[in-house]
Amino acid sequence: MTQKKTYFLNMGPAHPAMHGVIRLILELEGELIVKTEVEIGYLHRAFEKHAETETWNNAIPYTDRLNYVSPLINNSGFCCAVEKLAGVAIPERGQYLRVIASEISRVADHLTCIGANAMELGAFTVFLYLMEGREYLYQLIDDLCGARVTTDYTRIGGVKSDLPEGFVDKCRGVFPKIRKLVADSEALLTKNRIFLDRVEGVGVLSQADALAYGITGPFLRSTGVAYDVRRAHPYLVYDRLDFEVPVGSRGDNLDRYLVRLAEIEQSLRILEQCFNQLPAGPVSLAPWEMRDAFIFEDMGKAGNTALLPRCLAKTCRTLDGGGRDQAAGIRVADPALVMPPKEAAYGNIEGLMNQFESVMWSWGVRVPAGEAYAAVEGGNGELGFHIVSDGSDRAYRVRCRPPCFFIMAALPKLLNGGYVADVVATFGSVNMIAGELDR
Amino acid sequence: MNSETRTVASPFAFDTLRELRTDGYNVLVDLTAVDYSLYGKCRGRMGWEGNFPANAPEPKPHRFEVVYRLACIDPATGLESLPRLTVRAPYDDGSVLLSVRSVWPNADWLEREVWDMFGIRFEDRPEIKRLLLYEEFVGHPLRKDYPVKKRQPLIGPKSGELPDSPSFNAVRQEIPFE
Repeated sequence: MTQKKTYFLNMGPAHPAMHGVIRLILELEGELIVKTEVEIGYLHRAFEKHAETETWNNAIPYTDRLNYVSPLINNSGFCCAVEKLAGVAIPERGQYLRVIASEISRVADHLTCIGANAMELGAFTVFLYLMEGREYLYQLIDDLCGARVTTDYTRIGGVKSDLPEGFVDKCRGVFPKIRKLVADSEALLTKNRIFLDRVEGVGVLSQADALAYGITGPFLRSTGVAYDVRRAHPYLVYDRLDFEVPVGSRGDNLDRYLVRLAEIEQSLRILEQCFNQLPAGPVSLAPWEMRDAFIFEDMGKAGNTALLPRCLAKTCRTLDGGGRDQAAGIRVADPALVMPPKEAAYGNIEGLMNQFESVMWSWGVRVPAGEAYAAVEGGNGELGFHIVSDGSDRAYRVRCRPPCFFIMAALPKLLNGGYVADVVATFGSVNMIAGELDR
Repeated sequence: MNSETRTVASPFAFDTLRELRTDGYNVLVDLTAVDYSLYGKCRGRMGWEGNFPANAPEPKPHRFEVVYRLACIDPATGLESLPRLTVRAPYDDGSVLLSVRSVWPNADWLEREVWDMFGIRFEDRPEIKRLLLYEEFVGHPLRKDYPVKKRQPLIGPKSGELPDSPSFNAVRQEIPFE
């Protein structure tokens, strides 16, 4: 009599299809997966603890490293949460710039996910096409922030700088190229028998399970729930933009791929609308000019208030020693406590002083005590930040709600009962990003 | 994203949450904790400097709060049919808190993370496993009394001496975290 035997197979932590470092312990019966155990934490970098020990603005570079495929969304997410707690609204142009940066990032994120997934299933050409598309976007991001991946573009109260010269035209020139590359890839994949055999009906998660596991983003939409944070809780200027929320129906690998494809087009649409609507004005609450306080008074009395938010009052800093405690709670609402623009920091002495004061420990931006939770739509779903402040110059606690975490918690449900060869297809289609999973 | 907040004593948190699940809150968006042991108190050189300002927050009577963030997503419309709800359960070492993984399956991992980072025990999960850190790790790093510069037995010099970085040591030496 033959006896059924199971055996164990380790995938990861250093496996080429594991996208970073994660370990799957599969219990196999022949080629069928009986049980899956997911082990995470190999990329744990203590983001939450670090954020508690750094000043508010210094924590932003750490957020780049969460989802390193779409870092600009993380930057805006963190800053939106802090600004919500501080009760400040950033200038309109700054909000548009954040949306533009986020959507460029989202396209790059989806291109990477589809490309890597296709490559793992043998379609190397598609990978090269989509990486070429991503390269165009990375060059745009490079123009925007001076870095391709470690962007650090937002600041509390706005963004680092305005768009570089000719950025909008460059973007408009890039979009047709991306559309062409995506269309070429789609032609290679969507009706390809080899690809369809690997993804159709594989890695299915039901709608009820996806909701029970708290999954959001393209994954949840592929099961037919049109939940999108940009639509359900519009932040920044998303309520003024017209876009669709593409949904699937079966929740399998193919639907996730199709939803991502459709979202690329929607993101490009959003970007075009942003360029048409982009208002003039300041990009940050940061003051540009330094004037004596009595000049403000006169301007205000004359009813000339439009320019006031762009100006910084010169106050006597020698009084700071006595007056700082009274000012502690209102510091962030005061535009003077937002980082000055680099032109001012390098261009005049007041800007330089302001720069120093806003980066010195226990001096800089202070957020009033309290708690806030704000979420943005990340590449993989709802990226939330729960911020607790005790009124000092750094966060008391920062909790990041990473969208990948919930997908990985449901991974055994996706894989069990399938074949071991499908692990690669399924794992690639859920777009696990170890940086935000392990934080 | 505005939410209502409800505070529940930790022994009753499970029943409240189970009722909320039947009331329609079908998604556990997040489960986390906050260590309030230094809230409104001096946090050393990097926090309040010397005298407190008048608007420093009140210290909390309990050490932790476990935060459950609930949402009700309507699958048909993709919108939320109820306002978001935050349930906060005050917790001290020794309080009773039950696991909600039977209500929302993703609570399994979230509770493991809360145990891992804060050492908050769930009464019916005595054998709970660490999630992000490894079994040999000593302590719970997001507790406020866990020093930032602490060395772990498996990593770095066994004597526990500081990392060999002059700039790091010069800056961080005076932080009275320990």
